[in-house]
Amino acid sequence: MKRLIILSGLPGLWLGVVLLLLAPAGAMAEEDAWNARLKPFYFQDQPIEDGKDVIGLETPVRAEDGAMVPTRILSHIPQTPEHYISDLWLIIDKNPSPLAGHFQLTPRSGKADMELRIRVDAYSPVRVVARTNDGRLYMTERFVKASGGCSAPAGTDLESAMKRLGKIRMRTRLEDTLLNPVATTLAISHPNITGLQKDQVTTLFIPPHYVKSIKVEFEGETIFNAETDISISENPNFRFYFVPGKAGTLTATVTDTEGKVFVQEQELTGEAPASS
Amino acid sequence: MNRPALFLCCLCCLQPVLAADCQPVEAIQPGFYARQGQDGAVFSARNIANTGFIIGTRAVAVIDTGGSPEEGAALLCAIRKLTELPVRYVINTHVHPDHLFGNSAFRTDGVSFIGHKNLPRALALLGETYVQRAQEAGLAVTPADLVPPDQTVGDTPLTLDLGERRIRIEAVGQSHTDNDLTVLDESTNTRWLGDLLFHHHIPVLGGSGSVNGWLDTIRILERQDAGERLIPGHGPLQTEALPALEAERGYLEHMRAAVRAWLQEDKPLAEGVDSIGQQEAATWPMAQEYHKRNISYLYSELEWE
Repeated sequence: MKRLIILSGLPGLWLGVVLLLLAPAGAMAEEDAWNARLKPFYFQDQPIEDGKDVIGLETPVRAEDGAMVPTRILSHIPQTPEHYISDLWLIIDKNPSPLAGHFQLTPRSGKADMELRIRVDAYSPVRVVARTNDGRLYMTERFVKASGGCSAPAGTDLESAMKRLGKIRMRTRLEDTLLNPVATTLAISHPNITGLQKDQVTTLFIPPHYVKSIKVEFEGETIFNAETDISISENPNFRFYFVPGKAGTLTATVTDTEGKVFVQEQELTGEAPASS
Repeated sequence: MNRPALFLCCLCCLQPVLAADCQPVEAIQPGFYARQGQDGAVFSARNIANTGFIIGTRAVAVIDTGGSPEEGAALLCAIRKLTELPVRYVINTHVHPDHLFGNSAFRTDGVSFIGHKNLPRALALLGETYVQRAQEAGLAVTPADLVPPDQTVGDTPLTLDLGERRIRIEAVGQSHTDNDLTVLDESTNTRWLGDLLFHHHIPVLGGSGSVNGWLDTIRILERQDAGERLIPGHGPLQTEALPALEAERGYLEHMRAAVRAWLQEDKPLAEGVDSIGQQEAATWPMAQEYHKRNISYLYSELEWE
């Protein structure tokens, strides 16, 4: 019954996908569910290898707040022009829309590490699938005990959240040389409404409104590209790496589901860490 | 109340009232009884919240009803051992299930349920989830046990007359939740703070709460200190008012400053949850259960302040 109510809050386009994913919900073992439904849906019949030597995933075993589960992806291979991780997918099996995001990286990333915060709606496996530039897929998974992350009311009131909608903070932590990967934090003020949250006043479901794509360029070259979904926590926050090589301008372009585009630039100098 | 009566009452009621299915209570003031909850996480433990009641010459007012209809019934049983007077008012200090899932035990004609003006909304937003989680934890709770207030309190305090005894109910701004209220027993100058005060129990920030708002509320309570005795929502009922508030304020201020400093350096949440304020938190009972989540909530609140 609850599922049906929840579904009515989603736009029609989604409905098919979500129904497809929820349909055989029941006592199926986690891995059966993955192999029978999710893997074919996202990766068709491509083989996926064990990721233990390629990609790591750190999550809390029991999350303190299902709406904000800190998650860290760690690469175990260097990003070289010859061999690098080109794509990462983060999937939370039990979420109404399991794919949290698809991230595209380049050799320029320096290392394919990433940190972000996700929503976890029910006790669920969380998986990262990495694709290397030779087309091979690798997967690592963790189990996270958390719940209610997709329906939890927003942490701050919606009115003030909408006032600062699209504000972006970017910060880079420079190393000794611009030839090393620098950690870059991208913080976006956006309520990332899932469509499963109720309005505080009317208690009706609020239509979904979330960040759907993020592109970060350095001097015109794309260094980080993400397609994101409702499983990203409110106020999306990403930490990723790139090798600047020279001083220049970082540009983040964020687009949400209402077609709003937010742009933020930051100068990167060869000296002290620049701040926005 | 004359002196001999007061004396007698204290004599007979300092002893816990024990009986099968009856909740033991202690007299914290003449005609004002309470049961101290035991430390435990919501849903996984029973009898967590402090609950109480005040007896006038005509009526009884209940403050918080416990975490299940069964706990509510045990509280009602304790009341029946002490007085024949009807329960006219049931006051819910806020929406949390360990404080109000006992409501349905009191639902009869002539009982008025009272809550903060935001309580109906909070119940509508969260009630269904609370029932589900309570059921998963094996509690006999149904949606019918979610009893919304008949009367709400907003900017104007509500005064109730229990018969030669007046109690004053005041709503506060966003603090532990966005629907906290306090109950002052005027005749004994005793104020029930619900979860605005945690005593010998780590302060717990609710999902709809605000550390900034809570600290404002604490400052107001400290400033208006009128020698009131303060009763916490969790922890020992015998509080020394100001030191108890001060300890709570110390924790919240420390953690707010630490999280702000963390955010200033753009450090990630994952490390913050594992490291911020560990040492300071360790001195509080129930830190294991709640400290990390407090940090996570603080992070959300303060990130874009």
